[in-house]
Amino acid sequence: MSDSTGMIGRAANAAANATPPRIVTKVKGLSDKAIAWLFITPTMLLLLAINIFPLIWTIQLSFTNFRANRPNAEVKNVGFDNYVAVLTNPDTWLAMQTTAHFVFWTILLQMVIGFSLAYLIDRKFRGHAFWTTVILVPMMLSPAVVGNFWRFMYQPQIGLFNYLIEFVSGVPASSFQMIGSVDLAPWSIVIVDTWMWTPYVMLICLAGLRSIPDYIYEAAEVDRASPLRQFWSITLPMALPFIMLAVLFRGIENFKMFDMVTLLTGGGPGSMTEVASITLKRQAFEAWRTGASSAFAIILFVAVFGLANIYVKALNQVKSR
Amino acid sequence: MSAFAKHLATAHSVVEPSPWSKRIAGTLVIVYALITMLPLFWIFTTSIKSPPDSISYPPKILSFSPTVEGYCNLFTTRSRQTVEYIDSLGPATTTCDKIARDRSMVVVGESKFWPRFMNSVIIAFGSTALAVFLGTLAAYGFSRFKVPLADDLLFFILSTRMMPPIAVAIPIYLMYRELGLSDTALGMILLYTAINVSLAVWLLKGFMDEIPREYEEAALIDGYTRLQAFFRVVLPQATTGIAATAIFCLIFAWNEYAFAVILTSGEAQTAPPFIPTIIGEGGMDWPAVGAGTTIFLVPILLFTILLRKHLLRGITFGAVRK
Repeated sequence: MSDSTGMIGRAANAAANATPPRIVTKVKGLSDKAIAWLFITPTMLLLLAINIFPLIWTIQLSFTNFRANRPNAEVKNVGFDNYVAVLTNPDTWLAMQTTAHFVFWTILLQMVIGFSLAYLIDRKFRGHAFWTTVILVPMMLSPAVVGNFWRFMYQPQIGLFNYLIEFVSGVPASSFQMIGSVDLAPWSIVIVDTWMWTPYVMLICLAGLRSIPDYIYEAAEVDRASPLRQFWSITLPMALPFIMLAVLFRGIENFKMFDMVTLLTGGGPGSMTEVASITLKRQAFEAWRTGASSAFAIILFVAVFGLANIYVKALNQVKSR
Repeated sequence: MSAFAKHLATAHSVVEPSPWSKRIAGTLVIVYALITMLPLFWIFTTSIKSPPDSISYPPKILSFSPTVEGYCNLFTTRSRQTVEYIDSLGPATTTCDKIARDRSMVVVGESKFWPRFMNSVIIAFGSTALAVFLGTLAAYGFSRFKVPLADDLLFFILSTRMMPPIAVAIPIYLMYRELGLSDTALGMILLYTAINVSLAVWLLKGFMDEIPREYEEAALIDGYTRLQAFFRVVLPQATTGIAATAIFCLIFAWNEYAFAVILTSGEAQTAPPFIPTIIGEGGMDWPAVGAGTTIFLVPILLFTILLRKHLLRGITFGAVRK
């Protein structure tokens, strides 16, 4: 390592000696510009190879009838047929609807519980730092591995979840199935996602609450604003950019949701919990309709890219505060 | 200041919550924390139950006798034998053998859990090392030099992480099949590096922006080259940030499932796709699944404790700093 940089350094020195030195750059060794490119290029090359090249390939495939399980079959160009097929397929819209339902309810629950928790933690009771760390644990865990175990806890005959529901509400544990029934399965994934990601929202909201300077509350107190009024006029609006940031992060993440749902319900019963990523996986790796699923993937890309754009704008807004 | 004087000084502060509101807030938060820990408590206790205890109803919360059977089942493969055959063998040599014989079985070999777990270790650490190495260089480049189109490049780097993994997996699957990288540790390391490098660049750029430029400039005046200044001045200052970034990359690679399940099926399979496939005779062997899940989660718990101060920064790509 040091050898090669030394060599480059010497080469650069030689180059620098050949041309009259500029007065501005008194720095020895490689020029700043050379170092900037030397440092940034490897990352860019990796991203080009593993992200951009495959993306271009997907676009190309999306206009063909290619099937990955029949590599030797003749590949025909089908124009926009795949896109038309995906966009007119009722299953696509069903999956989008399922995804929207999932995203809406998880975000709503996580915001309400997460903000409340942050508000309570901000009371700075004794031991709040320890309990905050305890609360954060679920979001660090593997959604797949933990989702798999939730499947056990949801078992109607033997599971902890149904038992606790019976214990608290008196509804017999064997009278309902969280994963097996059409009505409850969508809620089973919402519950696990809320359990996992509420801490995430809580953490961002807590940062928002802590960013509000004390003197604003002191001024409000001098003006005899009621606590409720203070909450609506100071706390909520000033924490709003942070709440928005949490909404966008969770929105993008849950739009892509795959692992937890796959292991918990597998998209079932029927296609009740089949979110967009699961539909895509079935199309691409079970039905092996590579061309059509590439078109679906591109449509999802565009949707996420739109969301990402909004996200970066919001991010800059929060930053500039 | 004595505690009493401190009490007097803050007692009339309008922003300090009253003792009662603190007590109520504390109680509610602790209740939430205990409920949220229940699944983890259940994962661990299931791992030390016998298979019949694990599926009894009502669930046995504390009234069971702990056993390592789940861990034995996780690490070994067993086969059912006749009593005569088991009697003809010598005395059981290991604890797991003893437990298996009580269930009319003999241990016949090791399961695939340990190799799969080691795959996870190799792939997670390999990709983290590479992502942090590349990310540190690129972050320094973006932080200190005028790079043309820097904002666009940074947005491009971030957007690669926004894509749904299954959508990315289609061409990666085809590309890896062509290159012979399917089901190899190298392929997974490269893929996870590409995904993690975006997080690494964004986080590390934030950390490097916070290191005063004056330090390097002083070194440059002392006759250091840029590279020497980077290695001897900037890098030591950025150690905390690099460590925090590394742990975030590790956690992502450790937990990742979508790419792993599509791109690895045999030799390079990691633990997340493997654990759900642990089955016993006639259904899931939940104590073994609990044991595998416990072993898999323990490193993450340690990392969370190490990271708690940088957590907020990591999960928001450096957008929110504290």
